[in-house]
Amino acid sequence: MIEIKNLTKSFGDTLIWENVNLNIDEGETLAIIGKSGSGKSVLMKHINALMSPNEGGVLIDGVSIFDMSYAELRNVRQRFGVLFQGAALFDSISAFENVAFPLRYFTDYSESKIRKRVLESLEQVNLENIGDKSTAALSGGMRKRIGIARAIVLRPDYILYDEPTSGLDPETSDEINDLIILMADELDVLSVVVTHDMHSVLRVADKAAFIDEQKLSWYGTIEEMEKSTHKRLNSFIRASEYQISKRGEF
Amino acid sequence: MQLFTDLGRYCRLLFEALRSSSEFGTYRKNLTLEMIKTGYDSLPIIILAGFFTGAVMTVQTAYQLLAGFIPRSTIGAIVSQSLLIELAAVISALVLAGRVGARIATELGTMAVSEQIDALESMGFNSVTFLVMPRVLAGLIMFPIIYIAAGTAGIGGGILAGFITGALPPADFLIGARQVFFPWDVTFGLIKAFVFGYVITSISCFKGYYASGGAEGVGNATTQATVLSCIYVLLADLVLAIILL
Repeated sequence: MIEIKNLTKSFGDTLIWENVNLNIDEGETLAIIGKSGSGKSVLMKHINALMSPNEGGVLIDGVSIFDMSYAELRNVRQRFGVLFQGAALFDSISAFENVAFPLRYFTDYSESKIRKRVLESLEQVNLENIGDKSTAALSGGMRKRIGIARAIVLRPDYILYDEPTSGLDPETSDEINDLIILMADELDVLSVVVTHDMHSVLRVADKAAFIDEQKLSWYGTIEEMEKSTHKRLNSFIRASEYQISKRGEF
Repeated sequence: MQLFTDLGRYCRLLFEALRSSSEFGTYRKNLTLEMIKTGYDSLPIIILAGFFTGAVMTVQTAYQLLAGFIPRSTIGAIVSQSLLIELAAVISALVLAGRVGARIATELGTMAVSEQIDALESMGFNSVTFLVMPRVLAGLIMFPIIYIAAGTAGIGGGILAGFITGALPPADFLIGARQVFFPWDVTFGLIKAFVFGYVITSISCFKGYYASGGAEGVGNATTQATVLSCIYVLLADLVLAIILL
């Protein structure tokens, strides 16, 4: 379980958001939504302490991540898989080696076991034949899938997705959405998806948190979101050109 | 104000590198790779630079010492001592500030702006130990070796240029070089190379690691790394000369 308690972040004099409180339960998928520049990714990076807040804290299974020693923090981080916005693949090594990377450093697996585990992860993202292709030769969608394979290779308890469908065509976006659902179901992980793609939110999330006007403006289930009378949330949803009622996804 | 902010971040980066140096055993493979990139891959340009420096110095010193009463072996003495005390270390450092410094700043800068450093941290790696330590250590180990290569190539270039132009025969060059050879000169050159190796790699790592702002940010980081490395190499050269000579 992840608990975000009274989190406040500013860069210099610029307040990003304040007093953010969120609870994310095991097996749940939370979408953090909001306009570009509202600080969604910044909030995500606080969950595994890639950034530090000005005030407040984040509890992972009841333990404050910002009060841990560095050694403890590293152990906790290994329980997270993260898909970054641009996939953040290491361009000096092949796609296969990107997925194998954490296994080579954090396990004492034999080469054959590493290969087996990598192929399993690649199979889960439908890229089992990627071989030793350079990451530069991959399309945007393939990069994201390799990113997901790398994120799940250590069998994490939590997966964080930063704009998983940004820059992808609708069909590829749907494939990524399907993968997020598959990962949540097969691996039974807690997932946090940062996005402004409402179609993605409706497909993958159980709950949504709307960051707006430098605070957590709205938080609830997807069903509650549909019925919400929150003006700015509804305006955000309309602006994303998604007409929930017309599409009849509920 | 920015200077103090940068100084604080630079010290923090180094402190982090030292604090986590016990984990370095995990990342030894990176050190080997960096030693190859920093040292072995730089040898052709360093040998070329050293060779031509020695050759040009010999020809110019011969031109300056036209007076007949000065023994020709003096040219060998001047060229070899200048190379060992000053030029082999400084010329190599200035060349490597461009070659190695720019590479390090660009590599780390690109990793920083494309979130690859965040990716390393999020997997549980200590990015400073993983990225900065091997590069700085490779500099400390390889720069003295590069200095020896540059010095040797310089003396070789001097002997060849003297022979081809007829300024002095190789035997005279070597007599002059032996007359003024003091082991301390080589030790001094090695100390300089060691310090320059640290200056260039640590500044370049610092600039690259904290790069931000996309392609332009990486470009700025690379430029700053190269320029600052050159400035601090020259400054360190003066300080070492004052302290050690």
